[in-house]
Amino acid sequence: MAKSKFSLKKFFKGKVGFTFISIFIGLIVGAIALLVAGYNPITAYGIIIRGIFGRPKYIAYTILYSTPLILTGLSVAFAFRTGLFNIGAEGQYIIGALVATMVGYFLHLPPVIHVIFVFLLAALAAGLYGGIAGFLKAKFGVHEVIATIMLNWIALYLNNFIVMSEGVRRPESESSYKILDTARIIILEKWKWTDAGRQWLSNHPILQDILKTPANWGFLVALLLAVVVWYILNKTTLGYELRAVGFNKHAAEYGGIAVEKSMVKSMFIAGSLAGAAGALQVMGVTKAVTKLAAMEGYGFDGIAVSLIGSNTAFGSVFAGLLFGALKYGGPKIQSTLGAPSEMIDIVIGTIVFFIAIPKFIKMVLDFRSNKRGDKNVG
Amino acid sequence: MSNIDFDQKVVEMKNITKKFGDFTANNNINLTVHKGEVHALLGENGAGKTTLMNVLYGLYNPTAGDISINGEKIEIQDPNVAIEKGIGMVHQHFMLVEPFTVAENIILGMETTKGMGQLDMKKAVKEVKKLSEKYGLHVDPDQKIEDITVGMQQRVEILKALYRGAEILILDEPTAVLTPQEIKDLVEIIRNLTKEGKSIIIITHKLKEIKMVADYCTIIRRGKHIDTVDVSKTDEDELASKMVGREVSFEVDKEDKEKGNVVLKIDDLVVSDNRGIEAVDGLSLEVHSGEILGIAGVDGNGQTELVEGITGLRKITNGKVLMNGKDITNKEPKNIIESKVSTIPEDRQKRGLVLEYSVEENMILENYHKKPFSKNGILNPKGINDYAKKLIKRFDIRPDNEKIKAKALSGGNQQKVIIAREVSNDPDLLIASQPTRGLDVGAIEYVHKSLVEQRDKGKAVLLVSLELDEVMNVSDRIAVIYEGKIVGVIDQKDANENKLGLMMAGGGATDGQE
Repeated sequence: MAKSKFSLKKFFKGKVGFTFISIFIGLIVGAIALLVAGYNPITAYGIIIRGIFGRPKYIAYTILYSTPLILTGLSVAFAFRTGLFNIGAEGQYIIGALVATMVGYFLHLPPVIHVIFVFLLAALAAGLYGGIAGFLKAKFGVHEVIATIMLNWIALYLNNFIVMSEGVRRPESESSYKILDTARIIILEKWKWTDAGRQWLSNHPILQDILKTPANWGFLVALLLAVVVWYILNKTTLGYELRAVGFNKHAAEYGGIAVEKSMVKSMFIAGSLAGAAGALQVMGVTKAVTKLAAMEGYGFDGIAVSLIGSNTAFGSVFAGLLFGALKYGGPKIQSTLGAPSEMIDIVIGTIVFFIAIPKFIKMVLDFRSNKRGDKNVG
Repeated sequence: MSNIDFDQKVVEMKNITKKFGDFTANNNINLTVHKGEVHALLGENGAGKTTLMNVLYGLYNPTAGDISINGEKIEIQDPNVAIEKGIGMVHQHFMLVEPFTVAENIILGMETTKGMGQLDMKKAVKEVKKLSEKYGLHVDPDQKIEDITVGMQQRVEILKALYRGAEILILDEPTAVLTPQEIKDLVEIIRNLTKEGKSIIIITHKLKEIKMVADYCTIIRRGKHIDTVDVSKTDEDELASKMVGREVSFEVDKEDKEKGNVVLKIDDLVVSDNRGIEAVDGLSLEVHSGEILGIAGVDGNGQTELVEGITGLRKITNGKVLMNGKDITNKEPKNIIESKVSTIPEDRQKRGLVLEYSVEENMILENYHKKPFSKNGILNPKGINDYAKKLIKRFDIRPDNEKIKAKALSGGNQQKVIIAREVSNDPDLLIASQPTRGLDVGAIEYVHKSLVEQRDKGKAVLLVSLELDEVMNVSDRIAVIYEGKIVGVIDQKDANENKLGLMMAGGGATDGQE
């Protein structure tokens, strides 16, 4: 009994337990906000949970919403682990999506090869774009936060310029042409609308429900990349170098690690991860890019995802799913309950807030254990 | 000589016990300090000196025991209470706002105002000046902290405490960062303070300074009160054996040895510091195999820049560095390491270790890309682990756990990790830059033994140290650096404190030069 109690305490003092406490507090504060606004929080949360898990289709959508967030989360987490703050996932995402659309529309290649080509080129372009910030920091000491914020805007307007250009813009619209069928990764996209497909699906209601969404392979790619990120960081000499620079660049330099090069490498990898998010989104969901009036926020949400996932690869997967679920399921309280969907933003904000102030929660925990300790001794 | 008033006990700590979980940092410790007394608190790193003082300053609450200040029993819950009772503390790492001026730092939190919250800097500067003259603490109130020396920053810290009305001053390792000259100034300051009736507690593990300045000394070992002695009636050997718990030898055992061929040759070297000033200014030097060449000098005469220049961490603007006849001037650190140069850096936490990395990860900092630690860019955990275990055993690093983070080790054991790593690279040249800074007696003995061992193996050792005793004890030849140049090289046998001291002050040493 005593033993299990001890480990439970340890769990809640650990990073994972700590995150769960923060999420829990976020949900409670959200509930209070709902209550104040005159809605029953239990009903509201019930709607959200049913909105996420209620039907196979909902689960599929949750995963679709999560995929880009997992990847931008990985991007931010990777940079963070190597001592860099990548605010530029947003811009790198835009570049990835843009290049994916161009390559997916203009290039004619056989099916699977086209997909690989689109993905790699988009990731490469976004990687180079992220690398610019790394280069500026290494060469001229420009802080990466400043550089990436600027690069975000450059990416946005570059996107708008190209989307609205002759030959790219789909007439009568504010978006580009759609990528070719060969460049898409939506599962059975064509077949599910054929007579045979409809026939078959009507006998398999669960699959039928899932395939109502643009279900695609993106999530699996994101999971694979999470494993890759984990592997690079923890199992390779590259990861050893990058983390050493992140923890203490003076010691890394002294140990013979090329600090400047590793900053560029790190930003390249971070950029390509965010670019992969953009590419997968185009290939699997949007099929085109549109003129953006404002940032879409995938990159910025990635910062929060990374934070909730304590900057680890698998933490980002978990946090991305949580984020995607809240983003998809949350707004449902608006249509059903009439409660403003901004409530969900409050919940998300509170979770991030409580994770961002670990000192406070640690303090509360330490205070409690200290008091207990004093009693034992005194 | 002494300014002690034995009738007034300003601090009386009785049976103080402080536990952190199962760990007892202080076990039944007693400490009495009289008015006008300088009381030294002696102990090895981790003995519990700082913990005891943090209890007195209200940063920790004691688990058991009583504290009386000026005969009045009180509970010091937090530093505000301590300050109110006239206790001031100068921490080892200064807590100053770098871009602020001296005066601004001193009044911080107790600003002088003209009313309506308007800052009255003129009055503040005047008050600071008055205070600094009274105690002989020379500072320029208008200079910015980032522009003044470490010694001056310390004086600012002391003034800060005095400005808050401190009667009892706690100085935590006050000489760790000071040059010999600054240490002398500090001793003078401490005398002035006691003359004015202030009482001072010094946390230290430097025996020489205790003899120099303290009236009484309380020795703590592993959290326990060992003894309180009258400093005038004891000597350094007795203090050392009480601190460590066994006999300690200050002499470095080493046999005479013929020096071999030239390993490191530095020719007319020029290296600039961060401000672009030529800190190393036309320096030439040779280090032979089988010898320890010690570089003596006052801090800030180009020692740091010299070492960083040789090791490729700082750009050399002129001159040449040859290693075994091969030019390594301005090569990448990696290439220089490959040419068999190993370095024990002066700042072990900044340069020497990745504190967030485990001990085993730190052991491979320069060799992670080589077999058996990795292959084709993939780390080999077993190779790393076996190697780290071997070194931990051979160098007696404690605790013997290769998985714990380097930051969890004591200073002495952190240094052992670095020495283990550097020596195991089997270098031809070992550069040791202030290798014993902040270490306790036992650890210092160990470091010195390691250096001599390397020399006996026929390695060239370049020792850079601010501790004159260390240079004189360990080296075979001594080169004195002054304003970026070597002003003279003398044999250890011909060296004495006076001669070296003169050279260190730029006095030249034509008589001693070879």
